[in-house]
Amino acid sequence: MITFDDVVKVYPGGSTAVDHLSLELPTGRTTVFVGPSGCGKTTSLRMINRMISPTSGRILIDGKDVAGQDEAVLRRGIGYVIQHAGLFPHRTVLDNVATVPMLLGKTRREARAAALELLDRVGLAAEFAGRYPAQLSGGQQQRVGVARALAADPPVMLMDEPFSAVDPVVREGLHREFLRLQKDLGKTIAMVTHDIDEAIKLGDVVAIFRQGGVLAQVGTPQELLTQPADEFVAEFVGRDRGLRSLSFESAAGLPVRPVAEAPEVLLDDAGRPQDAATFTQEDSLRLVTDLTITSPTGIAVRVGPDGKADGIVSHHDIADHIARIKGQK
Amino acid sequence: MNLSYLLDPSHWDFSDGSIPTLIVSHLWYVLLSLVIGTAIALPIGLWIGHTGRGSFLAINAGNAGRSLPTLGLLMLMVTLLGLGLTPVLIALTVLVIPPVLTSAYAGIRNLDHRVVDAAKGVGMRPWQVLTKVELPMALPVLMSGFRSAALQVVATATVAAAVGLNGLGRLLIDGLAVNDYSRVLAGAIVVAVLAVLLDLVLAQVQRWIVSPGLSKR
Ligand SMILES: Nc1ncnc2c1ncn2[C@@H]1O[C@H](COP(=O)(O)OP(=O)(O)O)[C@@H](O)[C@H]1O
Ligand SMILES: [Mg+2]
Repeated sequence: MITFDDVVKVYPGGSTAVDHLSLELPTGRTTVFVGPSGCGKTTSLRMINRMISPTSGRILIDGKDVAGQDEAVLRRGIGYVIQHAGLFPHRTVLDNVATVPMLLGKTRREARAAALELLDRVGLAAEFAGRYPAQLSGGQQQRVGVARALAADPPVMLMDEPFSAVDPVVREGLHREFLRLQKDLGKTIAMVTHDIDEAIKLGDVVAIFRQGGVLAQVGTPQELLTQPADEFVAEFVGRDRGLRSLSFESAAGLPVRPVAEAPEVLLDDAGRPQDAATFTQEDSLRLVTDLTITSPTGIAVRVGPDGKADGIVSHHDIADHIARIKGQK
Repeated sequence: MNLSYLLDPSHWDFSDGSIPTLIVSHLWYVLLSLVIGTAIALPIGLWIGHTGRGSFLAINAGNAGRSLPTLGLLMLMVTLLGLGLTPVLIALTVLVIPPVLTSAYAGIRNLDHRVVDAAKGVGMRPWQVLTKVELPMALPVLMSGFRSAALQVVATATVAAAVGLNGLGRLLIDGLAVNDYSRVLAGAIVVAVLAVLLDLVLAQVQRWIVSPGLSKR
C-alpha cells in the first residue's frame, strides 16, 4: 500500500502543485491519477520514488517513509515508466530491459536472460532484442519501457502517461495487454493520465485531481460515474458518463426478443448468425449499446455459449431497459 | 611547384632532421597536448554540463581560447619559463581545451532530458548516470570537438620549431631561413597529409566507440 499523508508540494516559483494530499493506493491494484493538465498528477507520482521531494507531509510504502531510504535503492525497487518510454538510445532493447537487474548486481548473463523473458511477456518477439530503440515504433518502445520497469519484478510500478504518445489503435492494444499483465502480476500501480476514458478502463481506483493540486474525488470508476461528488467531477467524467457507466452493467438482465422477429438476421444451418453484431450474457450493456448503434440494421444478436443466436435487441429495447434500471435505483 | 625536397629519398631515412623523425616529434607534441588538454577540459566540461553550474565558463572559455594567438602565447611562455617542451605544450594545450570543453558541455546539456530522467528514475546513482548514460550519449558531439582540436593542434604544432624544438615546423622555418622553398612546400604538404590521416583515424575510432543506436534510424 502506498500512503500519501497530508502531502504538499510548493515549487520554488511559489505555485502549489499538490495541496494537502491524503490518499491510499491499495496493494495489488491500479490507482489512476487523472485530471486536467497542470493539476499536480506527475508531481504526486514522482514524489513516490523521490524524483521530487515534498514540501511537507509524508509518503509511505507499506508503512515505511520513503524519505528515510537511499534514493537509488528505493528507485530500483519501484518500476518507472514514462511517456515516450525514455529508453537509452545507445543500448540495445535487451540491455535496456536488463538495466535494473544489472544495477542490482546480477551478472550480465543473468540480467539478459531475465530481460529476454520479459520481452516475451510484453509481447515482443526475441528478434527485437538486438535492435536499438530508434529502430522501433512508438508502441514497441512503450512495451520495452514496460519490460524495463518490470525486469527486477518490483512490487510497485509508477507509470506517467505511459500510453499517451501512441496512436489510438496501438493504444487500444497496449491497454488490453496492460490489463492482461496486471491480472497476472498484481502489482501496486500508480498511473497518471489526462484521459478519463483510460482512467476508467484501467483503474481499479481513480483519483480525480483539480487545478491547484487538490484531490477532487477518489473512488472506483463506477462510483465516480454514478455518484460524482461535485460539479467539477461530473463535468470531468463527461456528459456521456451515463453511457460510460453502462460499462459496469451486465447484459445478463437485458430482455431479448425472438430471433424470428428480425428476418434481416441471417442464420447458417447450425443456427449461428452471419455478418451480425453479436454479444453474450457476459458482455456489458455498454458494448451492446455500441453494437446496436453501429450496426446498419440497428439490431444486435445475442448468442449462447454454443454460438447459436438466441435473441435480438434493438436500441429501443436497450433504452427501455436502461429507463427501467434507472427507475429502480 | 618544386617537390624535389619532398621526393628526395635521402630525406626519408631516419637520420636527424629527416622527414620521418620530424613527423614522429610532431605527433609527439600533438599527442601530449591532446592528452593533457582533454584531461583538463573533459572533466570540467562534463561537470558543468551535468550540474548546469558555471555554464558561462564553458561558453566563454571557448570564445576566449579561440581568440588567443598561439605564437604570442608561446613567446610569452618562453619568456616566463625559458626554452623547452613545457612552453610549447602549454601553448598547444590552450588550443585543445576550448573545443573539448565546449563540446563536452554541449554534448551533455543537449541530451534528451527524458532519458536522463529515466536513468535516475530506474535507480542509477549520479556517477552511473554520467558514465553509463550521459557520456555514451554525448560521445558523437564530444568526438567532433576532439577531432577539431586535433586538426588545429596538428597544424599549429609547427610553432614548436620557432623556439628551437623539432616537429614539421623545422621544414618551414629552416626552409624560409635559407630560401629553400621546396623544403617549405614539403613541410606544408606533410602537415596537411598528416592532418587528413589523423582525422581518418579518429573517424574510425568514433565508429568503434559510438553506439550504433545513436546513428541508426
Ligand atoms: N520543476 C517545476 N518548477 C516549477 N513549477 C513546476 C515544476 N514542475 C511542475 N510545475 C508546476 O506544478 C504544477 C503541476 O505540474 P504537474 O505535476 O506536472 O502537473 P500534471 O502532471 O498534472 O500535468 C503545474 O502548474 C506546473 O506548472
Ligand atoms: Mg504530467
